[in-house]
Amino acid sequence: MGEAIVQLIDVDKSYGSNLVVKKMNMEIKEGEFLTLLGPSGCGKTTTLRMIAGFEDATSGIIMVQGERVEDKEPFERDVNTVFQSYALFPHMNVFDNVAYGLMIKKVPKAEIKTRVMEMLEMVQLSGYEKRKPDELSGGQNQRVAIARALVNNPKVLLLDEPLGALDLKLRKSMQIELKRLQKKLGITFVYVTHDQEEALTMSDRIAVMNGGIIDQLAAPMEIYNRPATRFVAGFIGESNIFDGIVKAIDGNTITVEAPQGIMQVTGEGFEVGEEIHVSVRPEAVNYGKEPVAGFDLQAKVLDFIYLGSTVKTTVSMNEGFEAKFTRFEQGLDLKEEDQLYLSWNPDKAVAIKKS
Amino acid sequence: MSSLSRIQKKKRRFNIISNVYSVLIYTILYIPILVMMIFSFNDQKYNYYWNGFTTKWYIKLLSDHALLDALWYSIIIAVLSTVISVFIATIGALGLKRYEFRMKRMVNNMLYIPIIVPEIVLAIALLIIFALVGFNLGMGSILIGHCTFCIPYAVVTIKGRISGDGDSLEEASMDLGANRIQTFMKVTLPSIMPGVMSAAFLAFTLSIDDVVMSNMLAGAKQSTLPVLILSMNKSGVTPDVNALTTIMILVIVFAMILNNVIQSALKKRRIKEENQ
Repeated sequence: MGEAIVQLIDVDKSYGSNLVVKKMNMEIKEGEFLTLLGPSGCGKTTTLRMIAGFEDATSGIIMVQGERVEDKEPFERDVNTVFQSYALFPHMNVFDNVAYGLMIKKVPKAEIKTRVMEMLEMVQLSGYEKRKPDELSGGQNQRVAIARALVNNPKVLLLDEPLGALDLKLRKSMQIELKRLQKKLGITFVYVTHDQEEALTMSDRIAVMNGGIIDQLAAPMEIYNRPATRFVAGFIGESNIFDGIVKAIDGNTITVEAPQGIMQVTGEGFEVGEEIHVSVRPEAVNYGKEPVAGFDLQAKVLDFIYLGSTVKTTVSMNEGFEAKFTRFEQGLDLKEEDQLYLSWNPDKAVAIKKS
Repeated sequence: MSSLSRIQKKKRRFNIISNVYSVLIYTILYIPILVMMIFSFNDQKYNYYWNGFTTKWYIKLLSDHALLDALWYSIIIAVLSTVISVFIATIGALGLKRYEFRMKRMVNNMLYIPIIVPEIVLAIALLIIFALVGFNLGMGSILIGHCTFCIPYAVVTIKGRISGDGDSLEEASMDLGANRIQTFMKVTLPSIMPGVMSAAFLAFTLSIDDVVMSNMLAGAKQSTLPVLILSMNKSGVTPDVNALTTIMILVIVFAMILNNVIQSALKKRRIKEENQ
């Protein structure tokens, strides 16, 4: 992973007065698996389509391999796309579909044949050359779509929710397969999804998008453990998010007062009296019959959700706030209506600036 | 196990009724055609009773230049108006389906007006226009007339066959390096080909048996076949017309059989290739 292969500089995209991508700046490095993650309507697909050339940026610069591409047609750009709907040519068989890009580039017939066959073998579709797309399953069509893009040896492969139409089990196995393929070929993948689990599983880096803005661009681990905004904390995994005010600061330890009570969190760059969000993962929450020093968070057990290896407990707090924590089944010694005090290791909670 | 259940009996009765019904409908549809074909071999000038077998009407037909000229004229007009109207309709259908523009709905609805308006009205309107601009009546005027009613039908037929995800097919093609012309020839056109073909058949059929336009816009020199037959009809249909229509029907049946044979041969070959 080294040089930036795709760069977006101050890219805006608007439809009429509706701004869907706002002043976006992003560098995608050569050979990385980067995921654009966000809820629907956050601008992730639009961003991908601007890189592919299907949408014009309203303003800003898009560079692929150090070359500006805003004025280039899709067929002049050295990127290939795997579409959400696969977009396989229904009147062509699998071989002709995969061979399409090479045929357009007038690659010699014999070479087309070898390269297509190699690619079909790689996606485990040898022997399906003569089938038409409507004679294949969704998963097989998905592989054809990937083969059709990869056979052209693109510098960057753009994938627009490519696994969205598959069932859960197939999706899981395709995730692993895609990740392996990407590592093996060393091609840069730009992957769009709204599935945070998928993003965490596959990506080298994730750009979490919200309302046309990248909230955070970082490795999955950092996104999960150190969410930069309240939105990221809530969107990635499950989190208890408290909105409060900084009461006291002692070195790195910040004491926060929220409607639910007093709590502590580790963080830097805050001032007393500032508004703050505290995000705690359910697995980091401790409970006891007495309050712990620095914490005063009363809660009452509402219900339990059995999740196999763990049990998720929901507790109610002040102002109708519901917090959740998870425990291994064996360790659980609670029943409904129990009164508890919650606490956590301040290092395990994240202090987020009000934005 | 001799007695059938009540439901099975009911089903059987229903089957018998539906079979009788189908046979009846097809009989009514085909008996006139069959009678006409038989009478083309009738040794009698009028189609009233059977007077013995002959092939003289076919021989007479081959020497009847007026009839053959009219047939040839009709075919040329049908082929030309099919080509012209399908070409225009394909572009029109793609534009109406794929692109957003102002007053699209109005343009779409206006398409149906030539279909709804009686043909005689259109024919008179065209006749007035041609007279105003001094356009000589003849093959040109008939072609324009036929295209005016073929185009809307063809657009509607083709539009129905353009799938909603065509956009992404075209994007995929361009993504793979094909420019707009290559994309149109290799992806867009093949994917709407079934619609284009049905539109072509429809346009050809509409044109070749049209009477109203062909009659009003023909001018003095040459009539199309249906117009000629109609004018001959005043003294009763003669068996040489029977012979001509019999030949036309046989050609059509033969073409349909040939089409089926080719299709199934292609399918067999594809299955064989897959199994290899």
